[in-house]
Amino acid sequence: MSSPSLTPSSLESAWILPSRGRVGMFCLIAAESAMFTIFLVAYIFYIGKSQSGPTPKEVLEVPIFATICLLSSSLTIHFAVAALRNAKSSLFAIWWFLTMALGIIFLVETGREWHHLIFESGLTISTNLFGTTYYSLVGLHAFHVTVGLIGLTIGMILALLGKVKQEHHERADVFSLYWHFVDVVWIAVFTVVYVIGR
Amino acid sequence: MRRTRHRALVQGIAGLFAVSLAFLLLATSQCFGAPANPSPTNIFRPSSTPADEVFHISIFVLIIAALIFAVVFCLLVYSLVKFRRGPDDDGREPPPVYGSNQVELAWTVLPILIVLVLFLATARVIHSVEDAAKPPAAVAVIAIGHQFWWEFRYPSVGIVTANELHVPVSDPAHPTPTYIELRSADTDHSFWIPRLAGKTDLIPNRTNSMWIDPHEVGIYVGQCAQYCGTQHAKMLLRVYVDTKEQFDRWAREEAQPARVGDTVNQGRRVFETTACINCHAVSGTVADGRFGPDLTHLMSRDTIASGAASNTHENLRLWIHDPEAIKPGSLMPAMQLSDQDLDAVTAYLETLR
Amino acid sequence: MSSDSIALNPALESTRPIGDRLHDWVTTVDHKKLGILYILYALVFLVIGGIEATIMRIQLIVPHNHFVSPQVFNEMFTMHGTTMIFFVAMPIMFGFANYLLPLMIGARDMAFPRLNAWSFWLAAFGGLLLYFSFIGGNGLYGAGGAPDVGWFAYAPLTARVFSIGHSTDFWTLGLLVSGIGSIGTAANIAATVLCLRCPGMTLGKMPLLAWMNLVMAALVLLAISPLTAAQIMLSLDRYLGAHFFDTQAGGSAVIWMHFFWIFGHPEVYVLVIPAFAFASEIIPVFSRKPIFGYPVMVAATVAIGFVSFTVWAHHMFTVGMSSYANSFFTISTMIVGVPTGIKIFNWIGTMWGGKIEFKTPMLFCIGFLFQFLIAGLTGIMLAVAPFDWQLGNSYFVVAHFHYVIVGAILFALFAAFYYWFPKMSGRMYNERLGKWHFWLFLIGFHLTFDFMHIPGLLGMPRRIYTYEPGRGWDIWNLIITVGVFFQAAGILLFVCNLLWSRIKGPVCTSDPWDAWTLEWSTSSPPPEYNFAAIPVVRSRRPLWDIKHPEDPDWKYE
Ligand code: HEA
Ligand code: HEA
Ligand code: HEC
Ligand code: CUA
Ligand SMILES: [Cu+2]
Repeated sequence: MSSPSLTPSSLESAWILPSRGRVGMFCLIAAESAMFTIFLVAYIFYIGKSQSGPTPKEVLEVPIFATICLLSSSLTIHFAVAALRNAKSSLFAIWWFLTMALGIIFLVETGREWHHLIFESGLTISTNLFGTTYYSLVGLHAFHVTVGLIGLTIGMILALLGKVKQEHHERADVFSLYWHFVDVVWIAVFTVVYVIGR
Repeated sequence: MRRTRHRALVQGIAGLFAVSLAFLLLATSQCFGAPANPSPTNIFRPSSTPADEVFHISIFVLIIAALIFAVVFCLLVYSLVKFRRGPDDDGREPPPVYGSNQVELAWTVLPILIVLVLFLATARVIHSVEDAAKPPAAVAVIAIGHQFWWEFRYPSVGIVTANELHVPVSDPAHPTPTYIELRSADTDHSFWIPRLAGKTDLIPNRTNSMWIDPHEVGIYVGQCAQYCGTQHAKMLLRVYVDTKEQFDRWAREEAQPARVGDTVNQGRRVFETTACINCHAVSGTVADGRFGPDLTHLMSRDTIASGAASNTHENLRLWIHDPEAIKPGSLMPAMQLSDQDLDAVTAYLETLR
Repeated sequence: MSSDSIALNPALESTRPIGDRLHDWVTTVDHKKLGILYILYALVFLVIGGIEATIMRIQLIVPHNHFVSPQVFNEMFTMHGTTMIFFVAMPIMFGFANYLLPLMIGARDMAFPRLNAWSFWLAAFGGLLLYFSFIGGNGLYGAGGAPDVGWFAYAPLTARVFSIGHSTDFWTLGLLVSGIGSIGTAANIAATVLCLRCPGMTLGKMPLLAWMNLVMAALVLLAISPLTAAQIMLSLDRYLGAHFFDTQAGGSAVIWMHFFWIFGHPEVYVLVIPAFAFASEIIPVFSRKPIFGYPVMVAATVAIGFVSFTVWAHHMFTVGMSSYANSFFTISTMIVGVPTGIKIFNWIGTMWGGKIEFKTPMLFCIGFLFQFLIAGLTGIMLAVAPFDWQLGNSYFVVAHFHYVIVGAILFALFAAFYYWFPKMSGRMYNERLGKWHFWLFLIGFHLTFDFMHIPGLLGMPRRIYTYEPGRGWDIWNLIITVGVFFQAAGILLFVCNLLWSRIKGPVCTSDPWDAWTLEWSTSSPPPEYNFAAIPVVRSRRPLWDIKHPEDPDWKYE
C-alpha cells in the first residue's frame, strides 16, 4: 500500500463525544435566539414611536392564562421525557398529550387576542409601528409554537401507534429542548410586549 | 539549475511587490498637492478646520501603517529568501518548532500598544470635530437632500435655493463658520466636499449636522456620497466660498422675490398653466411647488440639475424639453411643450435673476 | 459492494450511463459530492459575478461613457456584490468545509447528511431566485429588472415607494432562502466537528482547519440569523404593509443599517476565517514545519470571532453617531488587528527555519499573506473614524474590501484548489499552467486594486455610473479596468487547468505533498466511506507520527 495506514489501536480511555442531536439543536437555538433578539430590539426601539393610535395601553390585555398554560407545558414535556427514559410508554403518552393540549390552548388564546385586536380595536400590521412590531414579534413566536405543535402531533401519533420506545428518549429529549426554548422566548416576549411596552 | 530557478522566482515575487509598491507610493505622492494633479476633490488638500484635522490624523495613521508594513514585509521577504529549499537539499525535514511563549507575547503586546496610541489620537480628533462649540457668529444653513438634488435654506434670512451653497470665508482670527443642518426628503444621501470636511449622511426622520470654516474663497466641489437611486452619480455639489461683502450682497439679492418683467408674459403664462408650478416655486408668483428646486433666482446659478450641466440657454431649453437627455432617471418629467412654448418658457426662466 | 469500487475506479465510473450519474449527483447525501456541488455552483457564480464586474469596469473606463445606462449599472453592482458574497464566497467555503472536514477529522460523513443536501439545494434555489429577477423583476410579463438597491440595500430605497416592481422582493427572498440553508450548513459543520472526531482527536489535536471552521460556523449561526430577521421584516413591509423601514410612517432608516451590519461585519470574518484555515494547512506543509503556536492560533481565531460582534457600526461612521459611539467603534475595530496580526506573525514563524518549496499552492499563500497585510492596514485606516469621514463610501473602501476579498480570500482559495485538487480528482494539476495563473492573476489584481485606492483619495464616491473628466480620476480608472482583463485571463487559465487535469492529468498517489493530516491517508479520490477503518490519532500530525516513528509529534505536544 502506498499510503501509510492508521490502524485502530487500543485507546486507554473510552472515546466519548457529545450527542450530535443535542449539538445540532443547540446550534438551532443559538440561531433562533439571535433572530428573536433582533425582533425584540426592533420592538423596544419602536416603543412609543407610532405616529397614530391605538397605543398598547389602550388595547393590550395581559394574557396571563395563556402564559401560565405555555409555561406549564415545559413541565409536562419534561415529565414526558422522564417517563420515556424510564420506559413508561403510556405515562409518556399522557404527559405528551397534556403538553400538546397546553400548546394548543396557548395558540387559541393568541388567536382570540388577535381577533379582538383586529376586529374590535382596529389594529393591523399596517396601522402603525406598534401594530407592525407587535404582530411580527408575537406572530414569529406563535409560528414557533405552531412548528412545535406539529412536532408534538407527530410524536403523539407515533406514540398512539405504539412506536415510541425507551430507546427514543434521546430524540424526545432533543425535541423538548426546542419546546423549552419556545417557552423561554415567550418570557422575553411577554416582558417586552406586556410589561415594558405597555 | 534548481537554485537559479528558485532564486528567479523569489526575486520575481519581491520584484513585483516592490514595483507595485513603488507605483502606489508614486500615486499617493500625486495626491499630495503636486501641481501635476489639480484635483479639486483631493482629501489631502484641506482648506477648512474639520478637513485639516482629518488630514493631520490621516498622515499620522499612514505613517504608522507604513512602518508596520515595512517591518512585516521585510520579515516576510527575508524568510522567503532565507528559508527556501536549496538545490542541494538533503531531503531531511527541518527541525520542528511548535511555538514560543515569549515571542507570542511580544507580538501581542506591541500591537496592543500601537492600537492604544492610534485610538487616543483618533478620539481627540473625533471630539474636536464633532463636539466643537458653535460660535455666535456662525451662519446657519439647512441642507435637504432630494432625489437627486440639494435644497439649501437659510432660515435666519429667509432664503431658499438649490444645488449651489454660498458661505462666507472664515478668517481664523474671527471665525465665521457655517453650521449645516442635514435632512432628507426621501432616501439617504451624504454631503461630501472633500476639501472642506468629511462626509455626513442625510437620513429621513433624522437631523444631522456638520460644520465648515473655509479659509480661502473659491469654488469647492463634491458630490452625494451615499447611494440614493438611479442618478446618484449626478447629484453633484458646489460650495461657493465668498468674501464677507460678496456673501452679504448675494444674500440680499436672494432674499428678494422674483422680479418678473412683462416682456416674457407668454412664457410666464405657459409656466404657470402647465404642471411646472406643482413642483417648482418662484417667490412672488403663484408657483409654490416644493418637489423640485426653487427657481426664483435660477439665473444666479452656474449649473442646472445639480451640476449635471452648465446653465446656458441651450442646456436650459434642452433640459425643459427632455431632462432624460441630460440626466437619465431624474424625477422631472419631460413636459411635451411645443417649440414655441419651449422658447417662451426658457425666455421667462432666463429673466429670473 | 459495487458502488465503492466504482468510486475508487474512475475508468469504471465513466462507463455508467450519464443519466444514472446525474441522478446520483442530484440525490446524493455524500459530503464529498455535496462539497463538489457547492464548489462548482460557486465557480459558475464567480464567472457570472466577474462578468458583471467587467461590465461595470468597461462603463467606467472613460468619463461620460455610454456602455450601459445608469439603471443597468446600478443593477450590476447590486447583483455583483450580492452574488459574490452570498453565492460565491460563502458556498465555496461551505463546499471546502463539507469536503474536507470529515476527511480531516477521520469521519465517514457529516453529522447530518440529509440536512446537508437540503441546505445545498436551498442555497442553490436562493441563487436561482435572485437571478430570476432579471426575468421577473417587473412582473412576469414585463421586461426584466434586477434589484438596484446595492448589496446592503439601505432603507428606505427598498420601500415600496422607491422600489417599484418585484426586483427587491427577489433579492429579499433569495437571501432569506439561502440564509436558511447557510444556518443548516453551519449547524452541520459545528455538529460534525464536535461530535464525529475520530478516537484520540481531542479539541487540542484537531487540524487548525477544523477549529477555524468551527468558529466560522458559530459566526454564521449568530450573524446570518439577524440578516434573516431583517429580511423577514423587509418582506413584511413589502407584502403586508408593515412599517419597519418605512420612513414615511415613522420607521427608521438607521435601524436597518444596524441590523444589516450586525450581520455584515461578522459575515466578512465568516469569509476570511476559512481562508485563514487554508493558509494554516498549506503553509506548514510547504515549509516542512508544524504550524507555529497552535494554541495561540486557536485563541486568536476565537478572539476574532468574539470581537467581530462588537464592531459593526464602523460601517456607519458617517451617519452622525455621537462622539462616544464613534470612539467606541474605532477602538473595538482596531482591537481586531491584534489577533489578526498574531496570525500573520505565526504564519511567518512557521516559514521561519523551514525549507520552503514554491509550488503553486504556496505561491498563492504568499500572495495571500502579502495582500492581507496591506488590506488589513487599509482597514485600520478606515477604522479611524475621522479618516473614514473622508474615505467612507469612496473608492478607497471598494479597494480595501477587494484587497481582502480578492487579494486575500480568493488567493487563499486558489491555493486550496491546487492543494486539494489531487485529493478530489485523483489527478495532478498542471504546475506550469498553475504558475501562469498565479502571475497573471497577481498582475491583474495589483493593476486593478492597487490603483483603486487613488480615486478614493481624490474624492471619487463609489456606485456612480459615470464621472466628469478633469477630476484627476480618468487615468486611474483606465488602469483599473485594464487589470480586470489580466484577472479574467488568469481565471480562464485556472478553469482550463482544472478541466484538463481532471481528464488528462497524471494520476497521483494518495499523498502527493508528503503531508500530515488524515485526508492524505486515504486514496485519491477517497472512497465513499472515506476510511476503511476509522483511524486513531495521537497528535496533530498523525501522518508525521507514522512516517517518523523514531520522532513522533505526540512526544512533544
Ligand atoms: C472579507 C473580508 C474583510 C476583512 C477580513 C476585513 C477586515 C477589516 N476591515 Fe473591512 N470591509 C470589508 C471586508 C473585510 N474587511 C467589506 C466587504 C467592507 C465594505 C462593505 C461595503 O460597504 O460594501 C469593509 C469595510 C470596512 C470599513 C467601513 C468603511 C466604510 O464603509 O466607511 C471599515 C472601517 O473600519 C473596515 C475595517 C476593517 C478592519 C479594521 C479590518 C481588520 O480585520 C483588519 C485586521 C488586519 C490587520 C490590521 C493587518 C495585520 C496586523 C498586523 C500586521 C499587526 C499590527 C497591526 C496593528 C497594530 C494595527 N472595513
Ligand atoms: C467575493 C466578493 C467579490 C469579488 C470576488 C469581487 C471581484 C471583483 N469586483 Fe467587486 N464588489 C463586491 C464583492 C466582490 N467583488 C462587493 C460586495 C461590492 C459592493 C457592491 C455594492 O456596492 O453594492 C463590489 C463592488 C465592486 C465595484 C464597485 C462598484 C461601484 O461602487 O460602483 C467594482 C468596480 O470596479 C468591482 C469590481 C470587481 C472586479 C473587477 C472584480 C474581479 O476580481 C473579478 C474577476 C473575475 C472575472 C473577471 C471573471 C472571470 C472569468 C471570465 C471573465 C471568463 C468568462 C468566460 C467563460 C468561462 C466562458 N466590485
Ligand atoms: C414632477 C415634478 C416636476 C415638474 C412638473 C417640473 N419639474 Fe422641473 N424639476 C423637477 C425636479 C425634481 C428637478 C431637479 C432634477 C434634478 O436635478 O435631478 C427639476 C429641475 C428643474 C430645473 C433646474 C433647476 C436647477 O436649479 O437645477 C429647471 C430649470 C426646471 N426644473 C424647470 C421646469 C419647467 C420649466 C417645468 C415645466 C415646463 C418643470 N420644471 C416641471 C421637477 C419637476
Ligand atoms: Cu444623493 Cu446619492
Ligand atoms: Cu466591517
